Amino acid sequence: MSEPLLETRTLVKSFGALKATDNVSIDLRPGEIHAVIGPNGAGKSTLIEQICGGLVPDAGQVFLEGRDVSAWRTQARARAGLARTFQISALCMEDSVLENALLGAIGAMGASWRFWSGALTRPELRERAEAALERVGLEDEHDTQCASLSHGERRQLEVGMALTLAPRVLVMDEPMAGIGAGGSKKLTELLDSLRETAPILLVEHDMDAVFALADRISVLVYGKVIATGSAQEIRTSRAVREAYLGQEA
Amino acid sequence: MIVNERAINALVIAGLVGLPLWALVMDEPFTITLVTRAVILALAAAGLNIILGFGGMVSFGHAVFFGIGGYTMGILAYHAQTYTALDLGAFTTGGTKSMPLIWLAAMGLSAIVALFIGLLSLRTSGVYFIMITLAFGQMFYYFAISWAQYGGEDGLSIYVRNDFPGLNTLQPIQFFAICFALLCIVLFVKARLTASPFGLALNAARQSGARVETAGLSPLRLKLLAFVISGAITGLAGALFADLNRFVSPSMFSWQLSGELIVLIIIGGVGRLMGPVIGACVYVALEHVLGGITEFWHVYLGLILLSIVLFARGGLIGLLTGKEGAHV
Repeated sequence: MSEPLLETRTLVKSFGALKATDNVSIDLRPGEIHAVIGPNGAGKSTLIEQICGGLVPDAGQVFLEGRDVSAWRTQARARAGLARTFQISALCMEDSVLENALLGAIGAMGASWRFWSGALTRPELRERAEAALERVGLEDEHDTQCASLSHGERRQLEVGMALTLAPRVLVMDEPMAGIGAGGSKKLTELLDSLRETAPILLVEHDMDAVFALADRISVLVYGKVIATGSAQEIRTSRAVREAYLGQEA
Repeated sequence: MIVNERAINALVIAGLVGLPLWALVMDEPFTITLVTRAVILALAAAGLNIILGFGGMVSFGHAVFFGIGGYTMGILAYHAQTYTALDLGAFTTGGTKSMPLIWLAAMGLSAIVALFIGLLSLRTSGVYFIMITLAFGQMFYYFAISWAQYGGEDGLSIYVRNDFPGLNTLQPIQFFAICFALLCIVLFVKARLTASPFGLALNAARQSGARVETAGLSPLRLKLLAFVISGAITGLAGALFADLNRFVSPSMFSWQLSGELIVLIIIGGVGRLMGPVIGACVYVALEHVLGGITEFWHVYLGLILLSIVLFARGGLIGLLTGKEGAHV
């Protein structure tokens, strides 16, 4: 079995009396999509924030390619190849699609301290941004202002911006949130094709997408991982049905 | 009426060159001084616009840098004109009357202070940022008032305008040329900066800090550098302003001045390259024309500001080009 690219070890995070993350140890191996599912309030977003550097865990560590990155800030983790997408699109709405993608390229290539040359005219930045946009199917929208993109296209751009980082690991917080069936199918295909580029830790509510994509699934309830296994194992697990799936599937 | 923004910019620049030349021919030195004043205020506001327009930070204490520039000029020239030594701890100097040296000192000092203020204030945002920058402004203001060695409340008078190699700075048109050239340089640098990777990242930091962090960049560092550049430019304008009036006083540090700089930008257009320039021209023109008619001209300025905020969020440039946002 190959070494995990991303791993959490016994993460604990409490907010007052509420244990939002309770001894969570999960990992992400090369080439796989590992979905994290669970009811609302199970602590999925809290877990993602700790992995990406937005929240400091009370205990436990986060490892990225074998390195303990627990004390690293968000920016440092991003530069090390940890790319994420947000549940609520965090895009620069006033800027064009290409400018948004360029931001990722600028970060990845350490170009933010270049003051004189035009961001749009530097070939190495542009190539990287354009390649990422092509990958997510936004190559015809370079000049479109982000605010006038459809919701589904924004989700695509979220993924595209993560790709400009040349990620080692992708962490996606509900990429399907709020898009219709057609968009969801398109995005599922896209994510499916990405697993060889970088493994994906996928937090998602859309069960069709999860069961179609995930190589492994972990179920989070009240901050605890109650089961990890293949789609088939999770579907038939009694504990999971009682805790979560029974309500929906 | 929809006008191309480039056409407006070109027209403003042409006006700024043409009016003083016309005044020179007509022998109206006061008009030249008036335009010079507008150019210097434009320069100060252009500095502020870097963080206000592109970085989204409303600094209500930019008079700090304007004042530092002014006092740098005042103190250096005061020692030079009185032939007294200025003891700076590590070394002593006899002051200087050389404009380029004064500019360098004014920009350097403003940048250092901006670094310090920025480190403390940029961790906050919104109203708190406004309040912290205002507090720093007031600290400098009251310090200047009580600084008896350099005139305290009365300020410092400099009898002869400082020197620029090869020019007679006492000629209004020549001093105007210096200020105008500096404004053009700053605007050019700013345009390059805005289009650069740094500018794109700064603009993104204004819109979404989380996104910038996720791209591997530090919003704080981007904003801090913008704040330092911004402070240095406003400091340069302060040194020129003091030279224009041949006088420095604590009012250069006042919060009213910080507010005026914001007003200039809002009138012209927030985040627009030429916004501060148009704002400064309109402001100085109103001050001159309305100020000649009534002592209460600020009332009319207030009305104009009110209508711009209510009906033309993109300032005058936004109104003329039909585009509200600078980045659209």
